[in-house]
Amino acid sequence: MVDKPICPTASRGKFLQKLQQREIDVQACFQCGRCSAGCPVAEYFDLSVMAVVRLAAYGEEERLLHSRTIWLCAACETCASRCPNGIEIAGLMDILRELACRKGITAAEPRVAAFHQAFLASVGRWGRVYEMGMIASYKLHSGDLTGDLPLGLRMVARGRLRMLPEPIAERSAVAEIFAGKGREYER
Amino acid sequence: MKLSYYPGCSLKGSAADYDDSLHRLCAHLDIDLVELVDWNCCGASSAHMLNHEAGMRLAMRTLQQAAGIGHDLLVPCAACFQRLKAADRALRRDAEYWDEPDYSPAWQVIHISSLLAAPELLARIKKAVSRPLTGLKLACYYGCLSLRPPKVTAAENWEQPDTLERLVAAIGAEPVRWSHRTECCSGSLTMARPDIAERLVADIVAAAARAGAEALVTDCPMCQANVESRQPAGTGLPVFYSSELAEAAISGSYPSRQRRAHLVDPGVLSRLLATAQAVEGGAR
Ligand code: SF4
Ligand code: SF4
Repeated sequence: MVDKPICPTASRGKFLQKLQQREIDVQACFQCGRCSAGCPVAEYFDLSVMAVVRLAAYGEEERLLHSRTIWLCAACETCASRCPNGIEIAGLMDILRELACRKGITAAEPRVAAFHQAFLASVGRWGRVYEMGMIASYKLHSGDLTGDLPLGLRMVARGRLRMLPEPIAERSAVAEIFAGKGREYER
Repeated sequence: MKLSYYPGCSLKGSAADYDDSLHRLCAHLDIDLVELVDWNCCGASSAHMLNHEAGMRLAMRTLQQAAGIGHDLLVPCAACFQRLKAADRALRRDAEYWDEPDYSPAWQVIHISSLLAAPELLARIKKAVSRPLTGLKLACYYGCLSLRPPKVTAAENWEQPDTLERLVAAIGAEPVRWSHRTECCSGSLTMARPDIAERLVADIVAAAARAGAEALVTDCPMCQANVESRQPAGTGLPVFYSSELAEAAISGSYPSRQRRAHLVDPGVLSRLLATAQAVEGGAR
């Protein structure tokens, strides 16, 4: 069921269209609260999961893009698995994070964004994640230089962190993907 | 049995001991793992969080490689499994949208849990066990991504799974009944928000301890690292891989390099195997 927007005057057509394309039917939400009830990180959110869904249905894009919730969502998929209306809420969170990045909006949880960026930079560069390099780059960009130092040393002592990257041979294929292969159609 | 194998970045890095135990287990069970050549990262949580298109295409390159071989594709990492299944589902629904001429493979992406819990394999494991882990109380911990969302993972019992319990019983150990089997440990936030990870992990290990567990068992490399590294000091609940325990029960030994990878002392397993050996030695 893809209904008309709940609040047509305030809604942003483009945003709602994007959700429709990805088959995320926020209009189907009847605010039962099941998504919020099972969310493991709910207590850290500034907008509850059910509020995110409702604000999305209202087209309140800006408010969502500036929220901490979209960055603190752990992508555990509990909400989406339990929603009685089958709304892909975790997919909605993905869209919101991606839109925030594309629009250059400073992430309300900058360290989380810095982590994902460091991870992807590592994949883009080597074709696989080089954990040691990724952690170093995250530390530099997030400013969190000393956090988890003892843990890092324990990991090294246990032989759990490789010293050198293991690049793949066909790095050009991965580079192409990050350069926007397929993006021609703006998906 | 021959399977294509996608280890993913964790199993070639911080979870190399998982890769190791899985290979040894498969050797016992006559399962031939053919690692995909020149595989790339599936993008894990980060790609789908920031870049849908890249997340899909990274996983799709792996699927193309597997399609060239044609065996079922075994994926031990829960995050890789979920991403590969998501890409597989997208391609099956509309290959053309993703610029693929055609996609309807007869092979499947399979997670380690469904492989090991299949009745036929379970029976073989049971038969191969040389030192049942009798008396070892284990909290089976599934985490998120091998189960959720069921639309993608095709998991049958995503709220009350039992694949790990069945394996644990087959190797003679005792699964405890507990509350947090499928709760998220926030592995994807652990580096940026360790405070949140510590909070969630504290709840998980407290629940396992309440149920009388001496250790946890999982098949997710992020859960393993996160629950061992973020548990409150003094908790002392090691997290084993399912393959690690099954291999130990079959071979009757627990290699020191496997032991060494743990951030929490896994002594409970070495002691158990040592006692089993002593008992058997005494009986001779
Ligand atoms: S579970 Fe689904 S229907 Fe219920 S409040 Fe959440 S999004 Fe709306
Ligand atoms: S996917 Fe995100 S919003 Fe949904 S339950 Fe998990 S952490 Fe909460």
